Amino acid sequence: MPFIPHTEADVAEMLATIGAGSIDALFDEIPAALRIKSLAGIPDALTEMQVGRLMQSRAQRDGRPINFIGAGAYEHHIPAAVWAIVTRGEFYSAYTPYQAEASQGTLQLLYEYQTMMASLTGMEVSNASLYDGASALAEACLMAVRAHRKSKSARILVPAAVNPIYLEVARAIAEGQNLNFEIIPYEPDLGSEHRGTTQPSSLDRFRGQDVTAVVVQQPNFFGLLEDVDAITDWAHTNNALAIAVVNPLSLAILKPPGEWGAKGVDIVVGDGQPLGVPMSSGGPYFGFMTARMEHVRQMPGRIIGRTLDLDGKPGFTLTLQAREQHIRRSKATSNICTNQGLLVTAATIHMSLLGAAGLESVAAASQAQTRKLVDALTKIKGVKLVFSGPRFHEAVLQLDRNVAEVIEALAKRNVIGGFDLTRRYPELGNALLVCATEMRTDEDIATYAAALAEVMS
Amino acid sequence: MSEPLIFTQSRPGRSAVGQYPQAVAADVPEHLRRRKRAALPEVSELQAVRHFTRLSQLNFSIDTHFYPLGSCTMKYNPRACNAFAMLPEFLGRHPYGPSSAGQGFLECMYELQEMLKEVTGMKGVSLTPMAGAQGEFAGVAMIRAYHKARGDLQRTEIIVPDAAHGTNPATATMCGCTVVEIPSLANGDIDVEALQQAVGPKTAGIMLTNPSTLGVFERRIQEVARIVHEAGGLLYYDGANLNAILGKVRPGDMGFDVIHMNLHKTFSTPHGGGGPGSGAVGVGQRLLPFMPIPLVGKENGTFRWLDERDLPQSIGRLSAFMGNAGVLLRAYVYMRMLGRDGMHRVAEFAALNANYLMAKLRKAGFDAAYPDRRASHEFIITVKRQARDLGVNAMDFAKRLLDYGFHAPTTYFPLLVPECLLIEPTETETKQDLDAFVDALICILAEAEQDAAKVKGAPYTLPVRRLDDVRAAKQLDLTYRP
Repeated sequence: MPFIPHTEADVAEMLATIGAGSIDALFDEIPAALRIKSLAGIPDALTEMQVGRLMQSRAQRDGRPINFIGAGAYEHHIPAAVWAIVTRGEFYSAYTPYQAEASQGTLQLLYEYQTMMASLTGMEVSNASLYDGASALAEACLMAVRAHRKSKSARILVPAAVNPIYLEVARAIAEGQNLNFEIIPYEPDLGSEHRGTTQPSSLDRFRGQDVTAVVVQQPNFFGLLEDVDAITDWAHTNNALAIAVVNPLSLAILKPPGEWGAKGVDIVVGDGQPLGVPMSSGGPYFGFMTARMEHVRQMPGRIIGRTLDLDGKPGFTLTLQAREQHIRRSKATSNICTNQGLLVTAATIHMSLLGAAGLESVAAASQAQTRKLVDALTKIKGVKLVFSGPRFHEAVLQLDRNVAEVIEALAKRNVIGGFDLTRRYPELGNALLVCATEMRTDEDIATYAAALAEVMS
Repeated sequence: MSEPLIFTQSRPGRSAVGQYPQAVAADVPEHLRRRKRAALPEVSELQAVRHFTRLSQLNFSIDTHFYPLGSCTMKYNPRACNAFAMLPEFLGRHPYGPSSAGQGFLECMYELQEMLKEVTGMKGVSLTPMAGAQGEFAGVAMIRAYHKARGDLQRTEIIVPDAAHGTNPATATMCGCTVVEIPSLANGDIDVEALQQAVGPKTAGIMLTNPSTLGVFERRIQEVARIVHEAGGLLYYDGANLNAILGKVRPGDMGFDVIHMNLHKTFSTPHGGGGPGSGAVGVGQRLLPFMPIPLVGKENGTFRWLDERDLPQSIGRLSAFMGNAGVLLRAYVYMRMLGRDGMHRVAEFAALNANYLMAKLRKAGFDAAYPDRRASHEFIITVKRQARDLGVNAMDFAKRLLDYGFHAPTTYFPLLVPECLLIEPTETETKQDLDAFVDALICILAEAEQDAAKVKGAPYTLPVRRLDDVRAAKQLDLTYRP
């Protein structure tokens, strides 16, 4: 039996100390009628070698196709040093740092992380992570309702160009607390240079009404750059809070939300995955949240503070715990307990290795490769660019045939072609969201173009 | 022992920018550009590696220390689980890639769902919740959805025992429910008479941990299930303590309608200094239509995601993708290595270690909170007597243990036992390590009798001494400012 170290002599001695006749006797408080004899549906144990062989074969079956999907998870280069350190047992196998004196490594790292995220987003405070970007948006909406005491409507305006899956998650999580999400359409006009972005005028039907918060995503789900200044100012002029959803990598080149509009936004959330976390089939990633200091007591999740010890030496500890479930119970700001600490560890090391200049290079190279990708694919007959405005590293293409079928045909050619927008944006027709990061070489792009040309012919 | 902040080690121009592709942002309108770079550190790769390696060395962890943190199941996290979850094909797979290009991954997830159904006695499993608290959310949201679907709109009360984890009442609130707390008896069981009084037409359900956070098995569980079901409510099982009963008794057989499992406890995925966890949920027949999406389905030997088109009554999505996939792979590898017989042995040896440690500590002069009960996989020592007679409280014992090279047990939880230490040794510790832990507590007790101030001043040998938490909360210093 792996991982259980007891010898027969140990067991005998331990049972004698307990005064029990057998290990089975230790379960004698469980009603006999409930006891089970076997778990017939569980297979026999595998050795490490056998399970390794199994996992290798499953992994190889999936292979390493060339990926051109983004849609919230992005394939970036991660320096080898990042995960070599992250998987050190002292980070990997530690618990939430409740015993501060025995957890200074994790706590100091989290304090450094909070500092980096606050600076990257241009805000004053950061928490120590949430689960992912989508659930972070849900928490931001709930936080806005708590923070905006004068607003009674719990009405949140969400552009249709915000990641629609994030909205689905926000609805699922916030529904029990009666939040009202109102969807703001994006500019549909074919002739408009703003097509695909959220126009401040589209918010005007709520002017003069009680609005709790306005959400804006930069870049939006189509990869386009929103007029974030105007939307933030609209929110504040109409006595609403502004919530930004951002790709943290894009902030290396884009204006941080703390500087949007005249006053900057109130809450910033997003998924930290582009900062050193592999795509890994969907997780674990981490959600981040930063905010203005005035809202810190409404934030969900762990927050680390620097303080002094008995000898006056600086040290780090969990702080403002009176917000949290283990103290406040049913009055807590959120039920979150375990968060995504190890992924934050990765992001902190990643940001330290790249620095602001390195992140800027990666962001710019991703943007450049997407431009090349769009140029190459739109040369193919039956492929059109849908939105022409300025963008970061994603673009929407329209095909003259069924997107799902094209994606399947590309997969057979070892190309993962993009995210199918058909179901969530039927008005766009056969629309495909594509992405190229700095990981996609010119050859990869040529491979995609050749495969697509073949499929579309 | 301390490590300067990385920001103080930074010098302009020192980052290894040559490692990264050289490109300049284009097509960004002037008013949307960043004007001033973020204040990220500029350090060499060696500086970063050395800094974070040194930080890691300031931590206690399972890999370096016995970590008997009650309710947290800090057992060995097998390295093989990490290695096989981090195969490049799994890491490089985009979550929205077509199912046809992810059959290997999906097969692992499908089999994990099936195995978790088997060990819990439930009819369906969704792997998507990203931590225990999100699993709890999913569970209570499903209970709410069930009552709503039946038009039973007044059922908004969730019953929670006073010993419950804080996440239970916090979750009920997040789901728009009100919390009704019921007491525990002196012997650790639920006060069934109080439960009988508490249930009624407003009862949505009850949230229970069994064995409870008091470290004992709820012996009247069948009666509890009957009372709640007869009142029209459902039973929620908080899986925090599933390690105690794995292969011995199943929540589904006890009468629970919905359960969350902490895969980062029972199935040994790492805690990572505060996550990631995974809070997979299991449901009985009645809640099958409401499970959070996506799930993995199997049709004619092919695996695919099931979504709102397959489960139109689902409570919806809780994450942008499908939960903490890499954690799920680790749990899958762990379960395959344990196999059928290994599952039983987990609970057996967890219980053996806990009961042995409790017996040894009682012989050494410590008081068990429930001396007449079997320990489950954990138990409570109360130092109320020592606090009264010697002035040395549970926190003092905990901090002094750190000096002896042991992580502290959980302190001051559950809240209803005064001066408590909740101790969970887990099945992966040797008898020698348990004996050494007992010896340390005997030494600390002797110190407390001779020189209480010494114990109250602990720890002395860690990177910092006790920290001023009041200062931390009053003079907020949450980010570094040069």
